[in-house]
Amino acid sequence: MNTVLAITSVVIRELYRRKDFYVLFVLTAVITLVLGSVSFFHDTKMVRYGKDIALLLMWISALVIAIATTARQIPAERENRTIFPLLAKPVTRWQVILGKFAGCWLACGLALIVLYLFFGIVSGSREHHWPLLNYCQAMWLQWVMLGMVVAFVLLGSVVFTAPSSNATISFIVVLGILFLGRYLNQVALQQAEPVKTLVYTLYFLIPHLEWYDVRDLIIYDQHLVGWVDCGLATLYGFLYMGVFLLGAWLVFRRKPLNL
Amino acid sequence: MKRLGPYVILVLLLAACFSLATVLQERVSSWSKRGESDNVLKVLFGDGRRLFADQFFVQADVAFHSGYYPSIFDQARAPKDTGHLTAKEGEPAEEEHEKQMNFLGPPRDWIERFGRHFVITEHTHLQGSHESEILPWLKTAAELDPQKIETYTVAAYWLRDLGKVKEAERFLREGLLNNPDSYDILFELGQLYGESSHDPARARRIWDLALRRWSEQEAAGKKPDLLKLGQIADFLAHLEEKEGNLARAIELLELAKKASPSPQALQKQIDELRQKLGARAPAAAPGSR
Repeated sequence: MNTVLAITSVVIRELYRRKDFYVLFVLTAVITLVLGSVSFFHDTKMVRYGKDIALLLMWISALVIAIATTARQIPAERENRTIFPLLAKPVTRWQVILGKFAGCWLACGLALIVLYLFFGIVSGSREHHWPLLNYCQAMWLQWVMLGMVVAFVLLGSVVFTAPSSNATISFIVVLGILFLGRYLNQVALQQAEPVKTLVYTLYFLIPHLEWYDVRDLIIYDQHLVGWVDCGLATLYGFLYMGVFLLGAWLVFRRKPLNL
Repeated sequence: MKRLGPYVILVLLLAACFSLATVLQERVSSWSKRGESDNVLKVLFGDGRRLFADQFFVQADVAFHSGYYPSIFDQARAPKDTGHLTAKEGEPAEEEHEKQMNFLGPPRDWIERFGRHFVITEHTHLQGSHESEILPWLKTAAELDPQKIETYTVAAYWLRDLGKVKEAERFLREGLLNNPDSYDILFELGQLYGESSHDPARARRIWDLALRRWSEQEAAGKKPDLLKLGQIADFLAHLEEKEGNLARAIELLELAKKASPSPQALQKQIDELRQKLGARAPAAAPGSR
């Protein structure tokens, strides 16, 4: 356990030493503040457009951080040859996978806390009400979703050679699921066999990341998601994280480490 | 010869840049056809910005429905017109829209059933002061595509509803400047003068102009909206009736009847006006002798 925690802390330290998060946070903050200061028809009560854009930027930033940070973890260790002293400690390959995953996931969690804190302050100062529970729930769901993404990218990083190709493919897959995942069953029903069965199978196989996108509930001041549903979605997320991590380990344990 | 230090060279270069800038500034502005009044979006996207305008208009509709909106996969059942954006509860357009927005249907599988716990599944419209939330999207849509007429009329409707009559007038005037032939904008502007500013004389002039624009477009074979002709003629007829110009009111109602989906109701009004006109004629006759 200590070994995993040690690897985790190294990954988190790497995130705050690198500039990615600061750049994304400053960009998100500047765009949000500029848009928030714009007055349409001399009305200062309009806030939802600002919340909409701010949350979109936060989602983009979090995805970029998750994918970019995770994609370079194992390839960088191999390229710098630091993987050899690391595995000689002795650290098992499973511990490396678990440590890298936990580090990236926790780093994403820290980034989300900063982003949601900023969002809460900005929107609360305009709206004069603070739905903290809604923000916490949205942040939790987004974090679980990022956990699945991190695990998936980690699997990609042991399958693909270059971090760039892994990051690009991961972005396409994640965005594809976020935009189309919900509607694949509708698409399937309009197809003829065997495409129908294939698309429907894909619909059941993919992790439904779109469930965790509850931005509309925040923007339009809607109800909280039921806690049971929230718990089930978390369980579903953990199962997929397990599947991807196990897959990553299965590929990584037999992989030659020389480039 | 003594060599110049790097700082002196730097200062000289900066001085040369500054001097050239003062000379070139005038000329550069004449190279580009772009006027100084162009907004940021036009400068950034050029004519390509029109592609995004529809998306922003749809976003206004999404905001109006508090996020409950059909996706591209439900588009067959999505509202096609913009009438619901300016319709109140109980109006026929609203009832029709209510049917259109029942697009979700029963869930097809457990994934869809469970997924609905995380999205908005109730059809509601913005109410109270929240209605202003659609205006930023409409304003941006107008900036992106100044020729999209519905943007001006829908925004002006809600601005009037929120009591921002001056802002509505300014926005409609902006729309009219970009679309001088639009009878839709003129109709909305007439409503603003007639109902919000209580200036019937001005409303009449504007609606007359709207009617003229409609006729010009019909003459040019552009197939203008017949329903809008009915609305313009109907509103103008009521104004003429209030002013006592019954003959002109009948003439306009006849015009509205041609365009109306329910001409019987208009015929009834025409008959009533004819009776009034008939009663007025004998009363006026002794005085004229």
